[in-house]
Amino acid sequence: MNALGLVSMRLCAGLMGHRSVVNLPFLRFSSGMTLSQIDEEVAKLLQLKAQLGGDEGKHVFVLKTAKGTRDYNPKQMAIREKVFNIIISCFKRHGAETIDTPVFELKETLTGKYGEDSKLIYDLKDQGGELLSLRYDLTVPFARYLAMNKITNIKRYHIAKVYRRDNPAMTRGRYREFYQCDFDIAGQYDAMIPDAECLKIVYEILNELDLGDFHIKVNDRRILDGMFAVCGVPDEKFRTICSTVDKLDKMAWEDVKKEMVNEKGLSEDVADRIGEYVSMQGGQDLAERLLQDPKLSQNKQACAGLTDMKLLFSYLELFQVTDKVVFDLSLARGLDYYTGVIYEAILSQTIPAPAEQNGADEAGVSVGSVAGGGRYDGLVGMFDPKGRKVPCVGVSIGIERIFSIMEQKAETSSEKVRTTETQVLVASAQKNLLEERLKLTSELWNAGVKAEVLYKKNPKLLSQLQHCEETGIPLVAILGEQELKDGVVKLRNVASREEVDVPRADLVDEIKKRTL
Amino acid sequence: MTLSQIDEEVAKLLQLKAQLGGDEGKHVFVLKTAKGTRDYNPKQMAIREKVFNIIISCFKRHGAETIDTPVFELKETLTGKYGEDSKLIYDLKDQGGELLSLRYDLTVPFARYLAMNKITNIKRYHIAKVYRRDNPAMTRGRYREFYQCDFDIAGQYDAMIPDAECLKIVYEILNELDLGDFHIKVNDRRILDGMFAVCGVPDEKFRTICSTVDKLDKMAWEDVKKEMVNEKGLSEDVADRIGEYVSMQGGQDLAERLLQDPKLSQNKQACAGLTDMKLLFSYLELFQVTDKTSSEKVRTTETQVLVASAQKNLLEERLKLTSELWNAGVKAEVLYKKNPKLLSQLQHCEETGIPLVAILGEQELKDGVVKLRNVASREEVRLISDQNH
Repeated sequence: MNALGLVSMRLCAGLMGHRSVVNLPFLRFSSGMTLSQIDEEVAKLLQLKAQLGGDEGKHVFVLKTAKGTRDYNPKQMAIREKVFNIIISCFKRHGAETIDTPVFELKETLTGKYGEDSKLIYDLKDQGGELLSLRYDLTVPFARYLAMNKITNIKRYHIAKVYRRDNPAMTRGRYREFYQCDFDIAGQYDAMIPDAECLKIVYEILNELDLGDFHIKVNDRRILDGMFAVCGVPDEKFRTICSTVDKLDKMAWEDVKKEMVNEKGLSEDVADRIGEYVSMQGGQDLAERLLQDPKLSQNKQACAGLTDMKLLFSYLELFQVTDKVVFDLSLARGLDYYTGVIYEAILSQTIPAPAEQNGADEAGVSVGSVAGGGRYDGLVGMFDPKGRKVPCVGVSIGIERIFSIMEQKAETSSEKVRTTETQVLVASAQKNLLEERLKLTSELWNAGVKAEVLYKKNPKLLSQLQHCEETGIPLVAILGEQELKDGVVKLRNVASREEVDVPRADLVDEIKKRTL
Repeated sequence: MTLSQIDEEVAKLLQLKAQLGGDEGKHVFVLKTAKGTRDYNPKQMAIREKVFNIIISCFKRHGAETIDTPVFELKETLTGKYGEDSKLIYDLKDQGGELLSLRYDLTVPFARYLAMNKITNIKRYHIAKVYRRDNPAMTRGRYREFYQCDFDIAGQYDAMIPDAECLKIVYEILNELDLGDFHIKVNDRRILDGMFAVCGVPDEKFRTICSTVDKLDKMAWEDVKKEMVNEKGLSEDVADRIGEYVSMQGGQDLAERLLQDPKLSQNKQACAGLTDMKLLFSYLELFQVTDKTSSEKVRTTETQVLVASAQKNLLEERLKLTSELWNAGVKAEVLYKKNPKLLSQLQHCEETGIPLVAILGEQELKDGVVKLRNVASREEVRLISDQNH
């Protein structure tokens, strides 16, 4: 029934004008089908063909991963592990716990949280049960977790993959499955201390990753809104003007001003007034100055934001990170749910990467950006049935961007990236010593030494040495008839070729000493 | 309608209502995870991390690399690989692009990876979640999203050495995880098939008799025999002959004995399997695997010291000291309160298992010292500030 049923379903779908393979013959190829659309149609036809072929015959496979996804090969995994270790140590040093959530949520949990971006959510097929969707970020699952478990205080990190069905025509090269690395502090606390700790953490991580110079811009949603108000922006245009201001990291002021006036309907005066403010950068001194500004000081929101900004900087001084933090009035950040401080970390050196991936929020993130976040006090309350508020502040590290930078560095560096951690290969130049090799290898494993042995009864010494060179194993323990009689093992340094005879009983210690 | 079916319909109706309500009004949420899935809380994550560390160290000790693959594959990649289980695959909705499904295991993605990259030799581990849409009525309590932890050696090698290493790895892992006594059963598909052949099982029944024999770990021989005779159509003689073989257990000696068995020794497949079994056991001897707590409080953080103060107005000093500790790589915390009570600070240490508390006070600051207290024993020492670590 299956094959036939499948065919007839496809045919009916075609007749109803549903976009399906059956329509293909009637499309004129000159009428604007892109190469990727053709690829998709071909893939669908091949799938249909495979299904019609039934389970018996051999399928002709399109051997590929889904569009926008990729495998990680061992080299990439080794780099990934290094990066995660640095980041996770930092989180742990600051006393954070970690959680994990399922890869899909009830569709309803994600609905209504992402605005325009909702069409980028991957849905699961309705197979007769609950309607499900793949998580789009880690923040909404976090809010759901807090509300569900009635948690009011937690300092947590969460590193996991998220899924966005980006339209390939518009954002070619962007991955649809990518890592996000989030750190958030939830709970009611004395003002700005957790906010300052988030910035300290970003600072520590970017330092340790050794990605070159960076700086962190900070601003505050209340200061932005206060600024718009005193400049004369109508209330209902706040958000849309905000996203235009956000483009200042990519566009010159003239173009941004043009958009405000021509597309968003602001008067030139208002735009100019905004222009004066958004060109301001500084530290605690700027916050002081603005609190003296005749117009801004009259705006309650701006005052609250500026007072907190001063407080933030005083804590940042104690945390010794003010050398890299700038209070920048042009920082806007796209997501609606920020209610207080916002920040973005930018690398000074932008290494152009072909498939540039941004793990941080999509909206308004500039090319060199590697982390972003802020305070969002209203999100958890949206989930809680009683609307109980749980204030949150956090940061998302743009880990995919960091991976591609590290991968490029590894390619251009002379140092080889190892994909295993093996310390010694157990080898032999002579025949019929497999038993001895296996015995010694087992002893080494039992002592916690990372060891390998070739799966060959009588391998040539040369191939054993080549294996060490190819995979970066630093030492080789060579067994021979004479050495076995004398109770020693020849320990050779692969790179330098220096050899020394080590008594069997001392071998483990000798290896551990040399591979510290 | 069963209770769970009613629950599902209600959930669907609520979702619909929420969508009709539009994005403005507040949704009334059903606050839950999808059926068959669960969150991992910090305690569970701490346990998970410990287990993964033990397992991964073992894999690394054996020179394995790791890879990762996407959570979904082209539907076609998974189609036709899982037989009856195919209906348990989660499909993604057709949203106008490729047809996708969530991976069902890590083995098919591994095979796809090898073929795609034309790899002939690799020793790899892969730890990741897989997805199976188990029918809740039949397998209640089973998760639909769960971890698999696979280790595989691909490539043409001299017989049985990689096979032996796999067993050595299982042995090492189960030892280190300290789960108590265990044993590992080994057999060989060729020995099984040879055995069925010499007992008189018709070729076309091999697989189905195999799955009946497999039930011996859950059912008694009498019931297994009944199934073979009544449901699978074997004669009692054939079933009895099978019964004699499947009751055998042993080590290398059993393999030797069976190679002398008049019937089995005539079967080519069985001989090949038995010869390899002998070889396997010889390697297992060299690998020394032929033989088989204290309830520590599970911490969810690794913080070593809390920076605290008994007196007021010392927030600045607390923050400064905490920052110095972080800069020196010490795992430290400080309460987000300008003037916390010492008792709440100590309570935080006890609740989360932080072993040390560094207490600042006016007098100590003048003297240039910090009081370092052991939370459990309450012993205190005065340390000169710059030697605090």
